[in-house]
Amino acid sequence: MIYSIEEILETVHMIQAEHLDIRTVTMGISLRGCISDNIRTMNENIYETVTARAENLVSEAKAVEEKFGIPIVNKRISVTPVASLLDTPLAGKSDAKAIEGAVSVARTLDRAAKDLNIDFIGGYSALVHKGFTSGDSILISSIPEALTSTDRVCSSVNVATTKSGINMDAILLMGQVIKKTAAISPVGCAKLVVFANAPSDNPFMAGAFHGEGEPENVINVGISGPGVVRAVLSQMDNSDLGELSETIKRTSFKITRMGELVGREMAQRLNVEFGIVDLSLAPTPAEGDSVANILEVMGLEKCGTHGTTAALALLTDAVKKGGAMATSYTGGLSGAFIPVSEDAGMVDAVKSGAIGIDKLEAMTSVCSVGLDMLVVPGDTSPETLSAIIADECAIGMINSKTTGVRIIPAGKEGEYVEFGGLLGGSYVMPLNKFSSAGFVRRGGRIPAPIQSFRN
Amino acid sequence: MIFIEAFKMAKERAVITVTGIDHPGIIASITRTLADENVNIEDLSQTIVQGLFTMILIADITDHDLSRLQQKMAQIGKKQGVQITVQHENIFKYMHRV
Repeated sequence: MIYSIEEILETVHMIQAEHLDIRTVTMGISLRGCISDNIRTMNENIYETVTARAENLVSEAKAVEEKFGIPIVNKRISVTPVASLLDTPLAGKSDAKAIEGAVSVARTLDRAAKDLNIDFIGGYSALVHKGFTSGDSILISSIPEALTSTDRVCSSVNVATTKSGINMDAILLMGQVIKKTAAISPVGCAKLVVFANAPSDNPFMAGAFHGEGEPENVINVGISGPGVVRAVLSQMDNSDLGELSETIKRTSFKITRMGELVGREMAQRLNVEFGIVDLSLAPTPAEGDSVANILEVMGLEKCGTHGTTAALALLTDAVKKGGAMATSYTGGLSGAFIPVSEDAGMVDAVKSGAIGIDKLEAMTSVCSVGLDMLVVPGDTSPETLSAIIADECAIGMINSKTTGVRIIPAGKEGEYVEFGGLLGGSYVMPLNKFSSAGFVRRGGRIPAPIQSFRN
Repeated sequence: MIFIEAFKMAKERAVITVTGIDHPGIIASITRTLADENVNIEDLSQTIVQGLFTMILIADITDHDLSRLQQKMAQIGKKQGVQITVQHENIFKYMHRV
């Protein structure tokens, strides 16, 4: 036989029993051609462009799913950061009118997403790591209303880069934006990421946008597979860490090949350029499909205990080594995701007190992409939220990596808050009780770090 | 043109995986349907894995409609009480061959 029975059964088992799937096929669409000095005309252009380019995205994804027998969980779209479209039509308008105009763009994107039957549309975004244009300011002020009056629009704001430093004015503002959004609807915060070093080809939400340097139209793929890695490692009780790393590499190779296959097939069918495969292990709330559980299979009693940072470093590095060999182009976030509410093992660790924000922050410094889907007390001050973002951006800036914060102030400490679907739910995590207000209120920019003398 | 001809000639294969509790008639019902559909079986292997009947068929589906075949196999799977998956060969080629 051209394939051994073991090989065929391994693939079938990965999909049927271990939750192997393609987490997302995300089409990047440039909206630069849509700019008009009239907001209504611009909205029409945007709707027209998005629905025309992505017309067959869902139907072709379905066909590919059937052909290979592998689920494609999400079909998504990312667009040009909307803030860059707003300067022309909304210049000189009053604050209220400008915000209304920006929100109308969010609603247009939402309508397009619903008509196309895609899961999420990302790119209600602004890149303000050095400062704000008028479009950026309008977009950021409009985020609370935009995210709570739409269902499928996702937003991200890049506030820091290694090359330009951290914009603390923007971070102060984002603390307030998150508070305001949560006050209207906490789920709104689940659709908002604050980034350092945001990648322009990320297929994952909420942080996807179609950034600079990208072509007119592109297909990016996000893979999954924590369940597969966990299942393989659970049979290696007597192996040392070098052997675990080897096995993770091999498994990651196989998982990533699925991303490469599906990405190429989708790009060909849609006659669109194939962009990248994002090598992230993305968990889901499903039992066993958890990054935390992988760390526990490695020998930690609970994710979050001492040794977690080291285990996660090993895991992510091995995933990248194996994955990079399996695909011609890697990109996006490519790190292990530890979105607390979306990972049953992580939620369990929070519940049992094994993990807190300090350990999570440490974990983000070695590999993962940030403090993700963290539920903190509803009465957390905007300044404290800003300070959490600033810490995370500092890690990203100094280590030349992407970090993000997706944080939801809701409920009381220890309470369980549910978001539904892939977003899951989690227990409200305690924060440091001491104030950071004096520091974050200073504003200004933290200068870019020196790239030599790395210690 | 030569390239297009060569491309057209490239064989398309499906891998059919059947698992379930062994009983008379499983192979017969599947191979009969494939014959009715004029689908050639290129390779076939049958074994018992962890007590379960497991059969793998490699079928030539060049010029055949994969989704039609999937529907037919789903009907048989239901009737015979076994799980049948029909997947394009490339998923295995990509995962297990460099």
